[in-house]
Amino acid sequence: MSATTSTTTGTQARYSLAADEFLFVELSEEMTLEAFFRSISITQRLKAMSVPGIIEICPANASYQVRYDPEQISAGELQETLESLDREVSAQQVRTIETRVIEVPVLYNDPWTHETLMRFRDRHQDPSGTDLDYAARINGFDSVDAFIEAHSGSPWFVSMVGFVAGLPFMYQMVPRERQIQVPKYLRPRTDTPKQTVGYGGCFSCIYSVRGAGGYQMFGVTPMPLYDPADQQPHIDESMIFFRPGDIVKHRAIDRDEYDRLSADAEAGGFEPRVVPFTFDLDDFNRDPDGYASRIKEVLHDH
Amino acid sequence: MTIDVIKPGLATSIQDTGRQGNYHLGIPPSGGMDQRSLRAANLLLGNPEGAAVLECALMGPELSFSESRCVAACGAEMTPRIDGEPQPLNEVFRVPAGSTLSFDFVKAGARLYLAIEGGIDVPEKLGSRSTYSLGSLGGLEGRPLQAGDHLDLLPVATSTREGRRLPESLVPNFSKHYMLRVVPGIYDHRLTDESRERFYEEDWTVASEADRIGYRMKGGSPLSFIDREPPFGAGDDPSNIVDACYPIGSIQVPSGSEPIILHRDAVSGGGYAMIGTVISADMDWVGQIQPHQKVRFVPVSLEAALAARAEYQQQMAALRQMP
Repeated sequence: MSATTSTTTGTQARYSLAADEFLFVELSEEMTLEAFFRSISITQRLKAMSVPGIIEICPANASYQVRYDPEQISAGELQETLESLDREVSAQQVRTIETRVIEVPVLYNDPWTHETLMRFRDRHQDPSGTDLDYAARINGFDSVDAFIEAHSGSPWFVSMVGFVAGLPFMYQMVPRERQIQVPKYLRPRTDTPKQTVGYGGCFSCIYSVRGAGGYQMFGVTPMPLYDPADQQPHIDESMIFFRPGDIVKHRAIDRDEYDRLSADAEAGGFEPRVVPFTFDLDDFNRDPDGYASRIKEVLHDH
Repeated sequence: MTIDVIKPGLATSIQDTGRQGNYHLGIPPSGGMDQRSLRAANLLLGNPEGAAVLECALMGPELSFSESRCVAACGAEMTPRIDGEPQPLNEVFRVPAGSTLSFDFVKAGARLYLAIEGGIDVPEKLGSRSTYSLGSLGGLEGRPLQAGDHLDLLPVATSTREGRRLPESLVPNFSKHYMLRVVPGIYDHRLTDESRERFYEEDWTVASEADRIGYRMKGGSPLSFIDREPPFGAGDDPSNIVDACYPIGSIQVPSGSEPIILHRDAVSGGGYAMIGTVISADMDWVGQIQPHQKVRFVPVSLEAALAARAEYQQQMAALRQMP
């Protein structure tokens, strides 16, 4: 079974069986905030319905999937439910979500990702420079500093959490022509420092744990994102800090501040700057630059 | 009562039936890769069906028991030995106080499940004792066993019958050439028709990179994708998609060359197109395939997947009712 339905606003949703326990739903082939918004709206409503037989609901950037128990609900019934939620979401034009703005301090061009990228230079498109040099050049920036300015200057939308425990995928909140895009490594690395700020396709991410990775590496944050040992007061019992819909503002920091914040984190005393926020997609679409300024104000007035 | 780990084996970890409900945050279900054998070992002993056991891959551990406890070993054929004396698989036997339990090298299958009376006592994390190594979560300090570890056990709740044996009809028959049933879909429309047909016609060989996260396959023809302008945000390679969720059991093919079947410690999402999903009833078998063995993928319908699922449930019911 693979079927499509149209909605009044968005592209057609494509429903595909993933064997007998998962239903995979692609809302858009390309990445857009519209598709993300539709995915998060459908999945939040589905969760609120508490449908018997639904085991896991996983929203992603421009798609989502549902794990279900086919003894309790059939794939056909589930698809009908999802189609009706999609129609509801489109018809009601719900375009706002209650979320939060989070400031993430980043030491760009740090020694640890530098050491790692040198080790894996043979897997990179441009072995002569660093990942930052490469990303700045192919995106038309004059210097690495100007590139860092662009990465830390705009807000980012957490459009998916996953890959490994608690890793946020972030989508840049600027008009498409200004969005940064970089390819992934030619062959994935077998190592990435913990809390590396990475980049692949149009997505920025923060690696929550040390391990394999294919994204370009730009820096590290002292902020813990995943807390299996229950030592970080800013992370609840889910062990994961980020949620889809969070808005992130990176702040470039120097080595001294990095060391100070890392020591705080080590001692369980890291306090991220977090402000509650209502995101309105239409307001954002009308004036992305104005929206970016508002997000900065919200953080600093708080 | 503790068990001392003298040698850890190749990749031995504490697993139970796994944790649900956290995949949307990147935490996979984990749990035994062969759930049927894990549950069988517990049921033989009279343990709760989902008690924590040791999952031992390819080469088993060497364990020293400070007190006497009954155990049951199900799954891969790795002969257990007490102080060198061979013991039966798929049957309850007692390990006396002060003795050492070890295992021969694997003869068939890939993972043995060692259940111990009472079950292993480690704290539950998000509702499960299973080890998720990538996230340093669950089990013993979130990692596979190491030499020098101590395993605590829960108290024994029921009386255990030594010599209780799994009925022959419920003992798995391991193959050297597996037929894994797959429901085609997700992004398989992006493959060329020729490539799709060939994927299901060729033998694939399991690579040495075959672990709890995923099983990588080699030896078949590289797959080709239909040409297109890459969608915004997906990346340039034809096998790239805008990063999406990965179903457990789904088969992704990075750059079209080596298919990977994701298993119970899967990464929860990423940017490679998936071309189908192994049916739930065959996932236990995936965990019992050794590197270098051959696999053929067989396309089936949802109806066939549901029929296989019903058959699997019947086997589980028979396990629960065994004399």
